[in-house]
Amino acid sequence: MRTLFEPKDSAVARELAQKVIKLADRCKEKTGVTPAFMEVCGSHTMALARSGIKLILQDHVRLLSGPGCPVCVTDQKQIDAMIEVAEAQNRIVCTFGDMMRVPGSKRSLLSAKTEGRDVRIVYSPLDAVRIAQENPDREVVFLGVGFETTVPVLAAALQLAELKQVENFSMWATTKLVQPVLRTLLSVKKVKIHGFLLPGHVSIVLGEQAYQFLADEFHMPGVITGFETVEMLSGIYKLLQMVLNDQPAILNNYKSVVRPDGNPIAQKIMNEFFTPCDETWRGMGMIPQSGLDIRDQYSHLNAKKKFNVTVGEPKKTLCRCGDMICGLATPDECILFGKACTPIHPVGPCMVSDEGSCSAYYAYMRKEG
Amino acid sequence: MCVGVPAKVIEKNEFTALVDVLGTKMEVGILFVPDVEIGEYVIVHAGQGMSIIDQTFAQASIEEWEKMARADII
Ligand code: SF4
Repeated sequence: MRTLFEPKDSAVARELAQKVIKLADRCKEKTGVTPAFMEVCGSHTMALARSGIKLILQDHVRLLSGPGCPVCVTDQKQIDAMIEVAEAQNRIVCTFGDMMRVPGSKRSLLSAKTEGRDVRIVYSPLDAVRIAQENPDREVVFLGVGFETTVPVLAAALQLAELKQVENFSMWATTKLVQPVLRTLLSVKKVKIHGFLLPGHVSIVLGEQAYQFLADEFHMPGVITGFETVEMLSGIYKLLQMVLNDQPAILNNYKSVVRPDGNPIAQKIMNEFFTPCDETWRGMGMIPQSGLDIRDQYSHLNAKKKFNVTVGEPKKTLCRCGDMICGLATPDECILFGKACTPIHPVGPCMVSDEGSCSAYYAYMRKEG
Repeated sequence: MCVGVPAKVIEKNEFTALVDVLGTKMEVGILFVPDVEIGEYVIVHAGQGMSIIDQTFAQASIEEWEKMARADII
């Protein structure tokens, strides 16, 4: 039995790409416009670019990046605050690697580290709890950025700290929820798309039902999709079919991994430690109840309550990351792209993150010269 | 940060498992997938197994996509 992908799947991918192109052209004939889909997840943005799908389909299907790269959607003031956390002496700040080079108004975490602050990249938030246990005379703060996929893991770290009574551990949580932002994109930002390629990994936790409102309230199809070339192409194929037939629905094209009800164990621990809160998104402002914060009963583990961190208004730049994550611009429409802003000298988070639209475009779609 | 990778479980303990990811062995948490069995694949995110890959659905999907690739579009 074959369960994972093998080289011969590339032949299937080529065939599928041709079918997608044919279907997309039929869609355009019928509706008069090029079909446009938004990939909600940052990992999809990178995988679609790396696999060549974005390039192959570019004259037939518009694939727009959405608000799914956790670092890119984080408001600049929060980024500045997280970098400020690292300023205090006797503190160890732990983070996922993506955050290190994100430019703050004054500097990045990486430059703070270069100048002597103790900033460490960890693979798992639970590693940060262990670091706190090994350094009982220092405060250890984990910078918890992420969507519903990551929040249960953040909760597991809080649970470990609580169980082991690690008093010198806390978390600066800046988490985001997918449903409220999709609603905002459609109802406030009025983004012009025909469907969503829905995030495979967030759906592991949330399940299929979480997106039904897209079809019911917005007449918008969505396909939960994995990250292999064939998975993404078949997801786009199914979206095109639904647009052609004007039959929007939410389909699960990642059934081997995403269950109808998601992962109830992950949901339970997430709800035990976190509660909905208002969150400010880059380029979108405050969206009510669009994030999760640590529950009051665990406020001793909440770095925002434990430490007094104040930052001024962020420095203004010409960066258009806010437009990128709303599907309102593509990287080549930013005047800084490839000139003042490159992966070596990033101006905004979309050029830093492994899931950022500008970094994907720079690596795989940039026109030379 | 969000990229989950399929990992094959080769040893299982109470809260953790030893997995093989394309030849590299590492320990991951199984808090969210306590029922995982040795030999099964899990999707790993930030050091935790998040979902067990259902082999029946995986096979069915591959067949569906192959059919899709062969379909006639008039
Ligand atoms: S190219 Fe750079 S400056 Fe422009 S939107 Fe992207 S990250 Fe921001």
